Amino acid sequence: MALTKEELLEKITARYGESIRMDEDSLDLPAVIIDSNKAHDLIKFLRDEPSLSFNFMTDLCGAHFPDNAPEAQFALIYHLHNWLDNVRIRIKAFLNAENPSIDTMCDLYLAANWMERETYDFYGIDFKGHPDLRRILNMDEMESFPMRKEFPLEDQGRTDKDDRYFGREPQTNNVPNNELR
Amino acid sequence: MSQPLTKRIEDRYNEEIRVRENEDGSELSILNLGPTHPATHGIFQNVLLMDGERIVDAEQTIGYIHRAFEKIAENRPFYQITPLTDRMNYCSSPINNMGWWLTVEKLLGIEIPKRVQYMRVIVMELARIGDHLICNSILGVDSGAFTGFLHIFTYREHIYEIFEEICGARLTTNMGRMGGFERDWSDATWAKLNKFMKDFPAAWEEFDALLTRNTIFMHRCINVGPISAEKAITYGFTGPNLRAAGVDYDIRTATPYSSYEDFEFDIPVGKTGDTYDRYMVRQQEVRESLKIIRQALDKMPKEGGYHADVPDYYLPPKQEVYTNMEALIYHFKIVMGEIPVPKGEVYSCVEGGNGELGFYLISDGSRVPYRLHFRRPCFIYYQAFTEMVKGCYLSDAILILSSLNVIAGEIDA
Repeated sequence: MALTKEELLEKITARYGESIRMDEDSLDLPAVIIDSNKAHDLIKFLRDEPSLSFNFMTDLCGAHFPDNAPEAQFALIYHLHNWLDNVRIRIKAFLNAENPSIDTMCDLYLAANWMERETYDFYGIDFKGHPDLRRILNMDEMESFPMRKEFPLEDQGRTDKDDRYFGREPQTNNVPNNELR
Repeated sequence: MSQPLTKRIEDRYNEEIRVRENEDGSELSILNLGPTHPATHGIFQNVLLMDGERIVDAEQTIGYIHRAFEKIAENRPFYQITPLTDRMNYCSSPINNMGWWLTVEKLLGIEIPKRVQYMRVIVMELARIGDHLICNSILGVDSGAFTGFLHIFTYREHIYEIFEEICGARLTTNMGRMGGFERDWSDATWAKLNKFMKDFPAAWEEFDALLTRNTIFMHRCINVGPISAEKAITYGFTGPNLRAAGVDYDIRTATPYSSYEDFEFDIPVGKTGDTYDRYMVRQQEVRESLKIIRQALDKMPKEGGYHADVPDYYLPPKQEVYTNMEALIYHFKIVMGEIPVPKGEVYSCVEGGNGELGFYLISDGSRVPYRLHFRRPCFIYYQAFTEMVKGCYLSDAILILSSLNVIAGEIDA
């Protein structure tokens, strides 16, 4: 008997009750929001419960929501996949701004290792119990977490696009740079 | 500038060298493979701890061509994100392009005509052939067989010529639009495609005859870098590398997109997940791709045009933009990225050259994605490399690396 979305959601809501709610934003997959301290338990349950057997961690990534309340500034999004019944689920856990941390999933899926490092690298989310949590794509000396929304890609009003930075003397001091062009 | 990371790995290894005593009095040594080494076919570094010719431990450093695509994508209207996807797995960029359009179309709920879906299937399968062709022929080069590579590479050129006819570009294709293609395929495209389909199968069999049963090649590949199915799954393997381990998971059949359900094809699987199995799976997948293209050509509907009828998202023809006010308005709105976008989240995936290429898109209804995450198959399975090369010879590590088809652009994004 193949697993259906309804059965899946029923099973996990029965087990987690108050700590879980439906994610209304999802347009495709069954999606839930779980309290961050229960996330590891939920994913372990989804993996080990024979009737669910989500054997594959498809994806793990972070997101930053600066407009949310302080306790829900960061989100971690997990995509799990049950290959036998071909059912996917999206699990979201919100983390606070002060000390965004969550349990590592490395003990459940080895694939989580680098994905968590990537998420740490971009968002500064701490994964408790991760065997080797350090930056992966950016250089180690970097101090900021660049995917956070407070870092704009390029400031439209930037003033540092200045001739001096290109080894040329500014033509006059009074005229703003963009009027010279 | 110093490289503190490499230094730290070396310090760790030096400690191990100091502690460990071999019985015959020999010492371990450190070897730096990469970041720019011709045998790694891309910019990534491996610091290897060697016992003579055997690898004791390895650590990968990646990120040398990290271009922050996810950050850039948060600042670009949807149609400007295709060029970013090109540069991930640049051996099969059209698959990435189509994967991105399928994601956007899933978010916007655009229905695609059958003819366009079939055209996309053809393009994606051509790209897959190109991807596997490079991987397998380079595997030959790495094991010392140059001839097959030189012979078959002509056909990648022919594939690129077809892409060039379709979209004007060869490597980084930036192909298609929301809803279809930017123009209908010309007669030259169809002619080139038919010629390719006529000539290539024989050439592929010839390449197969040159390499597959070659004794030296077999000795170099069989039982090199095997991975069990369980390990492969927990490491997040997808695509040919997973199928080589014996798991028949393929997104084209698991969750068909772009009408893959209309075609008959087999999913080749291996048994041991070693280098030879990975090679064989790719070899067979090319034949299956040819089968799919042939069916798509036969079943190709005459009607249906080359794009969906979605004026909100699809640029109007140029002559109309110059003569018709309404068309001009639509053109302007689309170019400025002012298209109606719903709020919500979608995850969409396609079977890329290396596995499940996923796009996770959070839209807040504005002209740019709020968050776009690329699930890059290479990035996820490359972490298994350390485990796979432990105990191997150095020359085997090169073969494992190239048989995994690790693409630097896809790792780093």
